[in-house]
Amino acid sequence: MLTKVRSWGPPLLLISPTLVLLGVFVYGLIGVNINTSLTDNIRGQTTKYVGLENYTSLFTDDTFIYSLRNLAMYTVAFLAGTLFFGFVWAWLLERGLRGEGIFRTTYLFPMAVSFVASGVVWRWLLNSNTGESASGLNRGLDMIGLGFLQNSWWTDETWGILAIAMPAIWQLSGYIMALFLAGFRGIPDELREAARMDGASEWKLYRHVIFPQLSPVALSAIIIIGHMSLKVFDLIMSVAGQTNYTTQVPATQMWLAFTRGEYAVAAAIGTVMLVVVAVMIVPYLVHNYRSERGR
Amino acid sequence: MTTQLVDEATPAPTRAAQSTSRSGRARTSRTLRYLLLIIFLIVVLIPAYVLFVTSFKSAGDATPTRAWQLPTEWYTDGWARAWDTLSPALGRTFALVIPASIVSSMLGAMNGFVLARWRFPYADLVFTLILFGMFIPYQAVMIPLVELMQNLGVPSGIASLFVLHTVFGLPICTLIFRNYYASVPEDMIEAARVDGAGMLRTFALIILPLSAPGFVVTLIWQFTSAWNDFLFAIFFSNAQNGPVTISLNFLASGQLQDYSASMAGALIASFPTLIVYIILGRWFVGGLMAGSVKS
Repeated sequence: MLTKVRSWGPPLLLISPTLVLLGVFVYGLIGVNINTSLTDNIRGQTTKYVGLENYTSLFTDDTFIYSLRNLAMYTVAFLAGTLFFGFVWAWLLERGLRGEGIFRTTYLFPMAVSFVASGVVWRWLLNSNTGESASGLNRGLDMIGLGFLQNSWWTDETWGILAIAMPAIWQLSGYIMALFLAGFRGIPDELREAARMDGASEWKLYRHVIFPQLSPVALSAIIIIGHMSLKVFDLIMSVAGQTNYTTQVPATQMWLAFTRGEYAVAAAIGTVMLVVVAVMIVPYLVHNYRSERGR
Repeated sequence: MTTQLVDEATPAPTRAAQSTSRSGRARTSRTLRYLLLIIFLIVVLIPAYVLFVTSFKSAGDATPTRAWQLPTEWYTDGWARAWDTLSPALGRTFALVIPASIVSSMLGAMNGFVLARWRFPYADLVFTLILFGMFIPYQAVMIPLVELMQNLGVPSGIASLFVLHTVFGLPICTLIFRNYYASVPEDMIEAARVDGAGMLRTFALIILPLSAPGFVVTLIWQFTSAWNDFLFAIFFSNAQNGPVTISLNFLASGQLQDYSASMAGALIASFPTLIVYIILGRWFVGGLMAGSVKS
């Protein structure tokens, strides 16, 4: 018994503050939040349980459905954009060339800036005025002879949310580049040489050697960008503002419900967001957990 | 580790050009690569150009027609107005992010060591449960969190945000340190163990002095993410007692669009994280990698 305490005690002592804190702040509060979402809580005052009423009214609310649709479109655009630019930049840089550091540093720098700060400039760039009063990108497009590309950006009801993905792609593509670059550099040279010896064409080399080696990196990239994307909030608040209809997502809906004092509804939106993220993250964590144990 | 792979800008051995036609083709391909890289470089820098230029424009100069031009006259009133609004918040933000980074890094080091080296039953499960806290949308705990902080009597503003950034920074710090300690040579720890040192002494005397690189990565990571946070800030503070992202949002979302002050403000608010990125870029990238690729 004593030996057990001696071997178990110290590690538990070191790790226990974290276990308590995360146990309360993550798992405990998720539980409380789900509980709150089943009540009629207004500004902290609960009178009764209402079952799933908050959820059913959310899923019959056109604005909330629209916000989920926006979230899905934004996620697809954000993932496609960051993976595309991240991969292309890494691919252009991977064989090493003079000035690599300058390109790498520049492509990555937007990552260090907050979404709120970049939102300031992107609101200016994505100004929806066209023609004579065009400013920002619309003016710029006109100046380089691409005036026909002028559009209303994030104020469009169908496609507007995709404009919000532009600053997000600008900020995170460098990160994905860094991931892919690490992936490229992790591929042993012998592997490429062997494939070349066998007379593989460049395309076959990529298809059968390089892409398979990069797939774990691509998975990490998808997980990181995907879960960031599902939480999008700051950028929308600073580019479009909280009440703008065309850029509503669950996070802004949650904030609006909170400011109206509808805590139960806000809690229900929080739970929906958790489920959406968990669908993506839990399989990934389970997969990691299994491979850790197999180590 | 992957980190070094990114930083080693060692060009891969250039394939020996066997014939002149081949070297000619190689030259064209290199020129093409540079051309693309430079085009992307310019695109990435456009928002930075806009921020810089507009921040020095007077109201009359910031008209749509002159949107992309340099200022007719370099005018610093926007910077002065931005500084007046943001400077109190800057001090508060430093007072928030520095202690929060230090505390969560310390706890993260303890956890990382235990999880990497002192295997106990279910260590991997505990690690996975800790990691989940990194991915959750904080909206899923926000409503009970607001109530909890009120019940605990933690004042809104910097005190609340300190608690939140410390707690929710724990998963990433644990992850970074776990990967870091997994790379510390086993014999160093074994040597200490043979000497009869207990785990707590091993940690304090052997491990902590070795941990500087891990601390640099977690401190930078925590500094940047707490500095750039907007979500917790908007729920737990206001423009009078909150961090710089809140003040910047307040400055930029006024009814009268004061573009020069907002853009100057965005630059001021980004300055600390950009400096960290430029000076400590290597470790910044290290943190990014640790947040994704497993060692």
